[in-house]
Amino acid sequence: MSAVLTPPVAAPAKPARRGELPTASNVFEPAWIRVVLITIALLFLTLFLFVPLVAVFAEAFKKGWQAYLAAITDPDAVSAIKLTLIAAGIAVPLNLVFGIAASWAIAKFEFRGKSVLLTLIDLPFSVSPVISGLIYVLLFGAQGWMGPWLQAHDVKILFAVPGIVLATVFITFPFVARELIPLMQSQGTEEEEAALVLGASGWNTFRRVTLPNIKWGLLYGVILCNARAMGEFGAVSVVSGHIRGETNTMPLQVEILYNEYNFAAAFAIASLLALLALVTLAIKSFIEWRLHESQQDDTDPAIQEHIA
Amino acid sequence: MASVVSPITGAVPMPPPPARGAPFRVMPGFGLSLGFTIFYLSLIVLIPLSAVFFKTFTLTWEAFWHAVTSERVVASYKLSFGASLIAAFINVIFGGIVAWVLVRYKFPGKRFIDALVDLPFALPTAVAGITLTALYSSNGWIGRYLEPLGLKVAFTPLGVVVALTFIGLPFVVRTVQPVLEEAERELEEAAASLGANSWQIFARVVFPTITPAMLTGFALAFARATGEYGSVIFIAGNMPMVSEITPLFIITKLEQYDYAGATAIAVVMLLASFAMLLTINLLQAWTRMRGGKR
Repeated sequence: MSAVLTPPVAAPAKPARRGELPTASNVFEPAWIRVVLITIALLFLTLFLFVPLVAVFAEAFKKGWQAYLAAITDPDAVSAIKLTLIAAGIAVPLNLVFGIAASWAIAKFEFRGKSVLLTLIDLPFSVSPVISGLIYVLLFGAQGWMGPWLQAHDVKILFAVPGIVLATVFITFPFVARELIPLMQSQGTEEEEAALVLGASGWNTFRRVTLPNIKWGLLYGVILCNARAMGEFGAVSVVSGHIRGETNTMPLQVEILYNEYNFAAAFAIASLLALLALVTLAIKSFIEWRLHESQQDDTDPAIQEHIA
Repeated sequence: MASVVSPITGAVPMPPPPARGAPFRVMPGFGLSLGFTIFYLSLIVLIPLSAVFFKTFTLTWEAFWHAVTSERVVASYKLSFGASLIAAFINVIFGGIVAWVLVRYKFPGKRFIDALVDLPFALPTAVAGITLTALYSSNGWIGRYLEPLGLKVAFTPLGVVVALTFIGLPFVVRTVQPVLEEAERELEEAAASLGANSWQIFARVVFPTITPAMLTGFALAFARATGEYGSVIFIAGNMPMVSEITPLFIITKLEQYDYAGATAIAVVMLLASFAMLLTINLLQAWTRMRGGKR
């Protein structure tokens, strides 16, 4: 159908970038509508994205470099940064291992109840962060299921670092799996089967065949997981107990400073988190670009054949 | 529900699994990977989440009903669900326009803007909260121009809508964008060649194609907004009966050591989000059917 309508292209088609038009002639709207729509879109995004982003940094540097440096090198701030790194450093690898195991089982095998399993993996995304924190209070709190036992054995989970790590693991649970499952499903099992038939061990097949195929998707999941792990507020706020210098993560430190009307310091730490968000978006765009390129490579022969 | 987070796959449905005739498996590691998946899922998600329901069973029905229908909590439902609806509606309209513009038109800075649309996913909610509050308070960059017009945003329910609009912004854009990219332009060309004007092409050809995606995006933005906490509490002012959202009310109950009361409200919210999850799954199935080609 499309072959009939589109004029034959002599040169190999330049890979169309995402959103790029093949030709300008099939835009039917008059120019003024285009201008109006672009203006509305840009105004909306300016109001809701650009201005807040600029404001974070403007507020952070309101009192100058000195105040900024003092704010982010404050001992409480440093310990908040450390705790944030610890929580993310535990949560991300755990969910990475889970993501690989889950996507291997779901993408490479057929079994009953697969769609139920997929829905269950998504659950943490549909639970309010506050409820995610609440469940750990119910489990480990003084009146919780395990509370008396924990008290008797002098183990602190709630209002301590383990509680923060658990809440972070829960919140970021689906990220890696969600990225890998569709990717591995679209790749099928042929390459792995070939390797196995040729005598490679299961581990070698995974390491030499599967891993190179999924590396970008894996990285994608990891950076999103990491951004959320470092930025989580609601769930961590419920389980942390807000002990300064001990159980405050960076977002919680931002809240405390803000509520003390220490706006410059609050925004200084907030600016570090905003920077993390920008780096995450930059890496994400880079990976999308890489994936796009590799997909182009995959489809190219088909296009060539089609044109010929 | 999170498929929208993934521009690798977009809202594109997973391909159907390859048919397997023979029960014989070449691939190793099924037992290990599935076993670990179910073990970890139970440990991290299922067992902790079930605690909410078990805790609720310790309440009598009257106590539960009293906890979830008190005047203050009903006011918080109205605010949480009302503001989420308005925010999702704003996002459907403007997010739809943004998706359209990003897919169909060329303009300078487009790729930068495309990347920045995901900012609300990547920016920690507490940062969004304090920044929006600073912008919309009476001496903020935006608030100082709205105040003379009689519009108070920060510390009012209107502020809640602003925060929830920010949070939900990427959902509609990222669900509609792939559908628009996949849309068959030939249909629009055919309509144009048959003499349809651009409004008719939009209303009769484009709009029906993207309707399921728009609804999915709406539902995703709405679902996210109802549970949102971090970005809202700073800008809301948190006055009981006026600008107190349901998640904050749960925290208030917890701080009063009323665990049963907090859990009862949490169950109501969980049931609401499960209902939305089901709706979203149905909507995505519909999107897939409309997509047809896959």
